[in-house]
Formats: sequence, C-alpha cells, structure tokens
Amino acid sequence: MWRFIIGRLLQAIPVIFIVITATFFLVRAAPGGPFDAEKAVIPEVKAALERQYRLDLPIHEQYIAYLVDLSQGDLGPSFKYPGRTINELIESGLPATAELGAYALLIAVIIGSLAGIAAALRPNTLQDYIPMSMAMIGICMPTFLLGPILVLIFGIHLDWLPVSGWGDIPGDKLMPSITLGAAYAAYVARLSRAGMLEVLSQDYIRTARAKGLPEWQVVLKHGLRGGMLPVVAFLGPAFAGLLAGSFVVETIFQIPGLGRFYVQAAFNRDYTMILGTTVFLSTLIVLFNLLSDIVAAWLNPRLRAQLSE
Amino acid sequence: MAHIDINAEKGTSLWEDAWRRLKKNRLALFGLGVLVLFVVSALLTPWIAPYAYDAQNLDLGATPPSAQHWLGTDIFGRDLLTQIMYGGRISLAVGFVATAVALVIGVTWGAVAGYIGGRVDAVMMRIVDILYALPFMIFIVLLMVVFGRNLLLLFLAIGAVEWLTMARIMRGQVQALRKQEFVEAAISLGLSPMTIIRRHLVPNALGPIIVYTTLTIPSVMLLEAFLSFLGLGIQPPKTSWGLLISYGAETMEEYPWLLIFPGLALTTTLFALNFLGDGLRDALDVRRSAD
Repeated sequence: MWRFIIGRLLQAIPVIFIVITATFFLVRAAPGGPFDAEKAVIPEVKAALERQYRLDLPIHEQYIAYLVDLSQGDLGPSFKYPGRTINELIESGLPATAELGAYALLIAVIIGSLAGIAAALRPNTLQDYIPMSMAMIGICMPTFLLGPILVLIFGIHLDWLPVSGWGDIPGDKLMPSITLGAAYAAYVARLSRAGMLEVLSQDYIRTARAKGLPEWQVVLKHGLRGGMLPVVAFLGPAFAGLLAGSFVVETIFQIPGLGRFYVQAAFNRDYTMILGTTVFLSTLIVLFNLLSDIVAAWLNPRLRAQLSE
Repeated sequence: MAHIDINAEKGTSLWEDAWRRLKKNRLALFGLGVLVLFVVSALLTPWIAPYAYDAQNLDLGATPPSAQHWLGTDIFGRDLLTQIMYGGRISLAVGFVATAVALVIGVTWGAVAGYIGGRVDAVMMRIVDILYALPFMIFIVLLMVVFGRNLLLLFLAIGAVEWLTMARIMRGQVQALRKQEFVEAAISLGLSPMTIIRRHLVPNALGPIIVYTTLTIPSVMLLEAFLSFLGLGIQPPKTSWGLLISYGAETMEEYPWLLIFPGLALTTTLFALNFLGDGLRDALDVRRSAD
C-alpha cells in the first residue's frame, strides 16, 4: 500500500512540474506586456516596474527565480492590484470557493448515491426510471443554464431565495451549491446505480441473503462498499470539474471566490494572477486526484491484496 | 482465383444487425431525428433563416414570441430564431470539428501504441497518463486568454484535450485484435504496419470509436458553451448557443425567452446526442466486444 502511495506521489511531481513550466511560458508568450495598457508610462517608472516584476531579466532567469519563489510558497505580486500578493488574493478567495465546492460535493454524493441506490434496488421500474431520467436532465443541463433558470424561478418569480451574495443573507448559499452540485449528483447517480447493480449480482451478496440478513443490512453493509467504488474513483476528476464550474457559479451569483478572481484576472490580463492561480488550482487538482486514487485503491480489497504483495 | 468479398458480406450483416437493434430504441431514434434536423437546418441556415443575421430593428426592441418572430426578438429587435440558427452553426461546428480532431489524434496514437507494443507503447501511454492528470479545463481558459479568442484555436485546444480517452480505447481494441489470425495473416502477407492498422485494425474497432465519438460531441459542445458564457469563447459579431445563453441570463428578468430558447436548443441537442450514444452502445454491443 505504501509503495503504491509513494509511487503515485512520484508520478504527481512531474505533472505539477509540467503544469508550472507550461503555464509560466504560456503566460510569458502572451502578446503585449502587462504595462502596455497604462498609456505614456515614464520610461524610468516602466523600468522600475519591470525591475520590480523581474521583467528585465532574461526569460530563463525569470523562470528559475519563479521556481525558487514557488518552492518557498511565494506566488509573487499581482500586476493589477499593486501592493497585493497573489498569496493574499488566493487566501481571500479560497474560503468561499472551498465552502461552495464542499457543499456542492456533499449534495452530489448524498443525493446522487441515494438516487442511484434506489434505482439499482428496483431496476426497470418507476423507482429506476424517474431518478435516472432526472439524472439525464442533470447531465444535459449545463451549470450556466441551470443557475439562471433557478434564479428566475426561485429568486425572482417565487422570491424564496436571495439571487446573489455569499453569507450575507440566510439561505443565499443554497442556490449556488445546488447549481454547482446538480450535474455531479447526476453523474454520481448513474455511477452508483451501475456499481450497485453489478455488486448486487455477486455471489457474496447471495450468501449474505441466504444466511438471512435483512435486506437493508445486505445493501448497506455488503453492497455499498463495492458499489460505491466507481463513485470514489469519479471524485478526483469531479473535483477539477467543480473548480471550473465554480468559475461560472461564482460569476452568476457574485460570490467573492477564487473562481471569480480567475475569470476577472483573465479579463484584466493580470498575468501574474493567472499564472499564480493556475499553478495553485492545478496543484490542488493533481493532489485531489491522487487522494481519490488512494482511497479507491484502499476500498478495493482485490487491489489492496495485489498491492500488499 | 475466384473473387470472394468476405469483408463486405460480414460488414453488412454487422451493421444491419446494429441498425435493427437501434431502430427498436425509441429514445435513440428520437435523438438521431433531432440531430439530423438540427444539422440540416444548420447547413441550410443562410437560405432558410427567417431574417438576415445582422437585421436589426431598434424601434421594435425586445418582443415576446409572435407570428412575425416565432421565438421573439432581442433588445436590438433581432429575430431570436435567426440568432439561434446561426449560433447553432457555430456550436455544432465546434462540436463536430473538435471531435474530429480528437478522433484523428486519438485513434492514430492508440492504434500505433497498441500495434507496436513494447517500449514504444509504454512511453506513448505514459504520455497519455501524464496529460490525463493535467487540469485541462483551466488550461483551455489560459490558452484562450493568452492567444486571443480565436475559433481555430478553440477547435484545436478542445480537440487536443479530448483525444486521450479515444487513444486509450483504441489501444485496448488494437491489443485485443492484433493477436487474432487475420492480423497474423496480413503480417505474413507482408503488408506494412500502416496498411494493417488502416485496413484491418481501425475498421474492426469502429464500434467503440463510433460510440465514444457520439458521446464526445456533447462534452465538447458543453466546453465551448462554458467558455462562451464566460466571455472567453466565441466573440461577437459571431454567436453561439453559449453566448446567446449568456446574453439571455443578463436580461432574463425582463425578457425570459432570450434565456429559455437558446437554452432549450443546447439542451435538446445534448439530450439527442446522449440518447443516440447510449443507444449505439447497446446496438453495437460495445461493452461485450470491448472486453
């Protein structure tokens, strides 16, 4: 098991390194300097700014200096918000994004797996068709469409929930979390249905039933563990999707999170902010993938036995 | 030597079989019908659109659906149906072209890796593994920021992301096929590896490729709409469904139809493609033959 974890960690390092390198050079290759927007900057000021942001150095020295800073956890200063560092901006945006993501994931896993298990217990009945049709709608209804539609119905027409903000009015966290989580609930429902259907046809489930266990115990104790494996494996990739989805949801609901910063940085061409956020988010995604792989391996007895050999 | 076209006979029966099974799946047929309708109308848009793409009527402004404007008009008095038809051309084009890019790269990569095997295969699939771990959604946003919002780049960027799964599927297929007698026969006849891949391996792996292609198109279209919604994809004066949805979301309080109809167009297409993909998977019996 440890060898597996260390092996996967060693795989993650080159990936993170590639991300940093590719992002750095992509951003540097962008046409137009970061100070081109400000017209008629005095040459001395421009030179001072370039020195401050190390733009006067040759590119490979900039790159090495950036790596050195990164290794100390320093993501550098922002171009657009002078005097603020990327670290500060990320720290101010991260809590809202993390909370939003956590709620969305929670909604996705709880609602999704309940629907999927319910469907798998009575396949090809209404109990299967209804949740699975809803899952199909969830998959085909993109976040950026679901969000405005929910706002239109529950925010404007029924006036039940606030249409924007985060933590200002009670209940304003509900709609963004549902909007972000819905598509993933749909995927989780499909995956857990397929997983449970496969597990419930296994011999050890028949054994459990044969020895007279009540059905809920068969499902919860014996079925769930194997049936949820595909869901756990899906959580890694889902995390990356959730982050991208938070760009949209935070924009729609005006949440002061990392996703909105990123989109704004993209519009402002705040290159250091784009660079810093990309490196930060990508590292997070790679680490989360790693985590979900490890948990999936740990949950899977066959794989665990293979690994401990 | 008597001319016996074994290939043709076998091929027909396989596809006829699949078609018979697909015909029984009403959802898949519905998906196919909708898709054909949308694609045909996208191709014919310049001739069948009710109004010209740039026809404005500022005095009219935004009006709800009516006899003159079936889906209403936007704040500039432009006909929404016309906008959706032209937007659909771009959305569908991105879907099909980017998927085609992914298809060509993925199938070639996977077939070569699976056919040659050994160290070449290990290196090639290692590259796929590493690319898989990259957070591409963020990278595409980055690419669009850095290189401007250019349609061609969008095709390439999305296609470059989506080929990975295709390569894995193709490699699995080729590995299973290349041990079979007909491939050995082809090798002993002295055919070149490229000919064997093209003539014998790719046609026999078509089932899973078709199914996965059908399911890749909707995810590509979603990606384009996502970028356009954020303002990082298609730029005016061009339009796409994602862009129309983003405009609609801005004014949905007063003019909800501007959000609902473009949203309906996108969702219906995604539904159709997903139903068709699922139906094809059953009809071509991919899961069993992929094992």
